[in-house]
Amino acid sequence: MLFELAEEERLFRSMVRDFAEGEIRPKVDELWEKGEFPYGIIEKMGELGIMGIPWPERYGGSGGDYLSYVIAVEELARVESTCAITLEAHISLGSSPLYYFGTEEQKQEILVPLARGEKLAAFGLTEPEAGSDAGNTKTTAVLDGDEWVINGTKCFITNAGTDISAGVTVTAVTGQDDGKSAISNIFVPKDTPGYNIAPKYKKMGWHASDTRELSFSDCRVPASNIIGKQGEGFCQFLYCLDGGRIAIAGLAIGNAQGCLEECMKYVKERVQFGKPIASFQAIRFKLADMATQIELARNLAYKAAALRDAGKPHTKEAAMAKLFASEMCMAAATQAVQIFGGYGFMDEYPVSRFFRDAKILEIGEGTSEIQRIVIARELGI
Amino acid sequence: MDMVVCVKRVPDTAESEVHIDSSGRDIDKGRLSFGINEADNYAVEEAIQIKERDGGTVTVISLGGKESDEQIRMALAKGGDEAVRLEDPAFAGSDGLAIAKALAAAVKDLKYDIIFTGALADDDAFGAVGVAMAELLGVNHAAYVKKVEIAGDKIKVGRELEGGLLEFVEMDLPAVLTIQTGINEPRYASFKGIKLAAKKEIELKSAADLGLDASEIGEAGAWAKLEKFTPPVVGEMAEILEGEPEETASRLAGILKEKGLV
Ligand SMILES: Cc1cc2nc3c(=O)[nH]c(=O)nc-3n(C[C@H](O)[C@H](O)[C@H](O)COP(=O)(O)OP(=O)(O)OC[C@H]3O[C@@H](n4cnc5c(N)ncnc54)[C@H](O)[C@@H]3O)c2cc1C
Repeated sequence: MLFELAEEERLFRSMVRDFAEGEIRPKVDELWEKGEFPYGIIEKMGELGIMGIPWPERYGGSGGDYLSYVIAVEELARVESTCAITLEAHISLGSSPLYYFGTEEQKQEILVPLARGEKLAAFGLTEPEAGSDAGNTKTTAVLDGDEWVINGTKCFITNAGTDISAGVTVTAVTGQDDGKSAISNIFVPKDTPGYNIAPKYKKMGWHASDTRELSFSDCRVPASNIIGKQGEGFCQFLYCLDGGRIAIAGLAIGNAQGCLEECMKYVKERVQFGKPIASFQAIRFKLADMATQIELARNLAYKAAALRDAGKPHTKEAAMAKLFASEMCMAAATQAVQIFGGYGFMDEYPVSRFFRDAKILEIGEGTSEIQRIVIARELGI
Repeated sequence: MDMVVCVKRVPDTAESEVHIDSSGRDIDKGRLSFGINEADNYAVEEAIQIKERDGGTVTVISLGGKESDEQIRMALAKGGDEAVRLEDPAFAGSDGLAIAKALAAAVKDLKYDIIFTGALADDDAFGAVGVAMAELLGVNHAAYVKKVEIAGDKIKVGRELEGGLLEFVEMDLPAVLTIQTGINEPRYASFKGIKLAAKKEIELKSAADLGLDASEIGEAGAWAKLEKFTPPVVGEMAEILEGEPEETASRLAGILKEKGLV
């Protein structure tokens, strides 16, 4: 058991790394300071096939495996997180329900431009009263003739408000089942009347990514926009979230790797007490721990991705990978700032940004608490 | 236009510390990452751009171990058609000339109009392979090429001189061009390109396949023999000037004047 990537996966990795170094690295400061959505970069990612890595070529995708996609997210995040999260939300949250559960027509019409990167996909699950408690969805969809009429509010939705957003797949209550809300997933195109997009949130990190509140007031879409069967929405998004969690682990590993590399350079340059700080054991041990934790997280995340590719159960491994990698990343970023001392607190030093981009990884797509609940449940207790 | 591009896998030493290994004749490559030689990347791009504009084929050749397949496949993924890798223990200890002999033997039976190499390898920096290959094949060559214009069976190339000047020369094809970085903007391979390239066969050739005798190649066939690596030694008479270029230059000028050397 050598834990080696296939040649094709190594080539994918090296291509995305070159792309991130060549196209994103020079714009990192600007993305952070201006917080403007990186349309140009996303367009180029689309041309290279990055925006549709795991989907088959007949749906406009690249025909890669899930592992290659996770590696791509990781390589982007090693340099900068907003392009990585835009890709992650686009594939794992926005495009997944359409690919896994959509009809052939939905795939041809909606998924193809998404997979080519011409349009951006979003998924609207979270609501003011339904965060971790995703089943507490208040948004409703009522069938009126051959149309769904949607009402409700979604918060913190990524990718739904850009100029190239195709729309959003929302979770909505479409009826009652044994006294519980039956939830369905319905695709709402962005130009639908009653689809209201609030201004971008101001965020602690991920400045350039597009996250907004959405509200729907008597928003009418064709009955055929439902994804899969009525009432299956909850199961569908659990399956999509399993995949999303592996990709968030990729984001965390990339961010932590970026921290490690910044530190490796800095500790050799920064001299205190007449020596590079790399010679102090306290600093060396921090880097040794960081590298060890990154290696562990990467092995776990790649294993979860490989299980998903093999069509095997991976709910537990995905939750473990997400939990471990995001907490590892927060710890690594904290140590990175510590290693940089006061400079690490300054905006212009990459580790300060890595630090602020890290926190959300312990929250989005299921908080650490929720991951532990999932893992414990999977253990059978 | 049928073209051949020679590519080399080299360690990335720009951001890493380099140590001499225990043999004293190489650097310790254990912890280094590897990639395509920078100038070769531009050479690949130039060939593919010409193919896209004027049609033709691009054959990628590399002398190196199995790991070099990665660099070969990336060039295929960008638009290369066929690939050959030259591998033989007898190639060990080659200098620029010995490598040129192997490459020349590999291309001599191919149909080619232009052979591209990088101008300089990032690792051993001989800058000799392309030129030596042209000599062995008996064809024209131009080194440090930063512009290529094709007119029928002639080409006009701009060679980079000091201070960014270009010298234009015209020559008959076939020819070997050694490409300087910055001639174009190398593309990224696409996912689909990589998937296609992964399925392509890379033809493997040994010294015997190339009809080369062990005495002609490797250390035996080399004109230059690598004896040992050593860090530059600071001699007793040497004075190292440190600081900003403006400052060190004026101090240097002062010293030269003082000693009556200028
Ligand atoms: C930048 C950003 C982008 C986002 N993008 C999207 C998106 O594209 N689509 C989308 O649908 N959502 C998105 N989200 C929402 C995100 O998924 C939620 O914020 C997250 O699931 C947590 O929900 P909440 O914020 O309501 O926290 P709450 O659920 O209110 O949690 C508050 C705290 O209570 C804890 N808690 C809750 N329940 C339990 C329990 N049973 N046991 C123990 N502890 C518990 C939580 O772990 C947390 O610490 C995004 C969020 C952010 C910040």
